[in-house]
Amino acid sequence: MTQTAIAASEVKPRRLPRETAVSALGLLLVAAVVVWVLYEAIKSPQEFASLIVAGAGNGALYALIALGYTMVYGIIELINFSHGDLFMLATVLSGIICVSLFNVDSFGFGAVGAVALALLISMAAAALVNVAAERVAYRRLRRAPKLAPLITAVGLSFMYQWFGQRQFMTGSAPKQWSTMFGDDGFNIGDVRVPYTTVTVIAITIPLLLLMVYIVQRTRAGKAMRAVAQDQDAARLMGIDVDRTITFVFALGGGLAGAAGLLYLQSVGTSNYNLGFRLGLIAFTAAVLGGIGNLQGAVLGGFLLGILSSLNDGMLLGQQWSMTVVFTVLILLMVFKPEGILGSPTTEKV
Amino acid sequence: MSTPTDAAPAQPGVRKAGEDLLTVTDLHVYYGNIAAVKGVSLSVKQGEIVTLIGSNGAGKSTTLRTISGLLRPRTGTVVFDGKSLVGIPGHKVVGHGICQSPEGRRIFPKMTVEENLELGAFLRNDKAGIAADKERVLDLFPRLKERIAQKAGTMSGGEQQMLAVGRALMGSPKLLLLDEPSMGLAPVLVDLIFDTIRTIRDQGTTVLVVEQNALAALRIGDYAYVLESGHLKQEGVARELLKDDSIVKAYLGG
Ligand SMILES: Nc1ncnc2c1ncn2[C@@H]1O[C@H](COP(=O)(O)OP(=O)(O)OP(=O)(O)O)[C@@H](O)[C@H]1O
Ligand SMILES: [Mg+2]
Repeated sequence: MTQTAIAASEVKPRRLPRETAVSALGLLLVAAVVVWVLYEAIKSPQEFASLIVAGAGNGALYALIALGYTMVYGIIELINFSHGDLFMLATVLSGIICVSLFNVDSFGFGAVGAVALALLISMAAAALVNVAAERVAYRRLRRAPKLAPLITAVGLSFMYQWFGQRQFMTGSAPKQWSTMFGDDGFNIGDVRVPYTTVTVIAITIPLLLLMVYIVQRTRAGKAMRAVAQDQDAARLMGIDVDRTITFVFALGGGLAGAAGLLYLQSVGTSNYNLGFRLGLIAFTAAVLGGIGNLQGAVLGGFLLGILSSLNDGMLLGQQWSMTVVFTVLILLMVFKPEGILGSPTTEKV
Repeated sequence: MSTPTDAAPAQPGVRKAGEDLLTVTDLHVYYGNIAAVKGVSLSVKQGEIVTLIGSNGAGKSTTLRTISGLLRPRTGTVVFDGKSLVGIPGHKVVGHGICQSPEGRRIFPKMTVEENLELGAFLRNDKAGIAADKERVLDLFPRLKERIAQKAGTMSGGEQQMLAVGRALMGSPKLLLLDEPSMGLAPVLVDLIFDTIRTIRDQGTTVLVVEQNALAALRIGDYAYVLESGHLKQEGVARELLKDDSIVKAYLGG
């Protein structure tokens, strides 16, 4: 009893100044970045604005994918490594539907209908694949050590990539598809805004809001949060835990499906190993925002999108993009390990 | 010694007559290859408080978890209200009218007290009934009313225990299972919890309570079972067991 009291009083004064120093250093770094961004913004406002626009478009895609990581992690603490590859499959599927099936290569009534249909099919297909993966691979490992489902996810990632590599998918080399808008866009003042960016954001924002609504306001969302905190206790409330987890995989898959189509419509190419890079960025976004936290994933996604866009256009150039992304991640992990919106884990057990 | 006012003036030492609400017969439950419950039979009659006592690892929680459908028995039957519950998944048992306040409280720490209570009524649709039960729970535990908007994980252990019991009551159970409701509570709160259990019974809910605090549990119980390493060691009218030498030696520190 007295011993713990002594230990506590010994530790406290030593830790406090260090923590203050670390957070002061963190604040200093953030301030430096903000100053740099402001400086660039004042120096060349047009370029800055168009980089923000492009970054927001990418950020929206990262956010969509990041939500799939964060929701699955939130409910069963699994880092679903195959999620990026699921997204990749969706890019290819949407390309096949839009181009091979409906010949979408320019804007028009028919094209909008075809893309909308492809969006729905991509979302449904990705949701279905994700649900099947949970049912077949992850469910039986739910009580196994954490490493088992993790390795299973890596295995699924390889399987999806193998499938993406088939000739009717992308084959081994990057494959190109025509898109509805191409590089078309419009100008606000001197700032170029591509139509695809508008489309991406116009579809992403409602989806993000829908997710937050589902999780926070609906009965299913209440069940999700309960299962995330304590599965057995949730069962004692009458919550069907299996069905709730299935639902989360369906939602995450659906978002990856939407991201797949939107990505292909913005970029026009896909590759069997696209999911690795995009998945890694999106996962980083999820961790950055605070894994398990929906708003955090969205924030992290937009933050990374805009940051890497600014870096590509103004700072170090595209070859340093990933370096910057991970530097930000590492710095944040040092100063705020729980992520921007994550809560420190101090729950009573 | 305070005596609960029983409607049926039973003879001392004889169990109240009545229909079984819950009948457990020859229950065997395993964790992997380890037997935790080895042939337990017990029954709970409508309107009773039945007490289950026994030392650590005796299989009390395992029995309750099996009744709630969280565990599947290897053999044995659980019949509730005339229906067999064996094989019914855990989340469906609640719908039959069995709610449990589990060992270690298991409240949802990131949710508010109110959200926890609402989750207790997850399967119910009768808005008026839910509101009435919430009212009732907050009357039973005024402390919860004060903390209604607080995150459950930030409450004291005793407050969390009240929440766990209150949450189980929100399911409007016919049978309430309580696993060590007095664990970690200050003596004043222990008395409060046991008084509340009696009130709950008097309001018409049948109770099966597992307790380490054997003295208090036998005092409020109508009937009692004693479990030892997975076996039923003894059963009888709770008050009679209080006088039993072997029980006093083993569980009441006499
Ligand atoms: N998840 C588990 N896996 C393996 N064995 C378990 C598990 N849970 C309980 N047991 C074992 O089953 C036996 C009965 O456990 P149980 O929790 O039912 O005891 P209890 O009577 O509730 O004890 P206590 O009073 O300490 O809560 C113990 O020997 C315990 O070690
Ligand atoms: Mg126990």
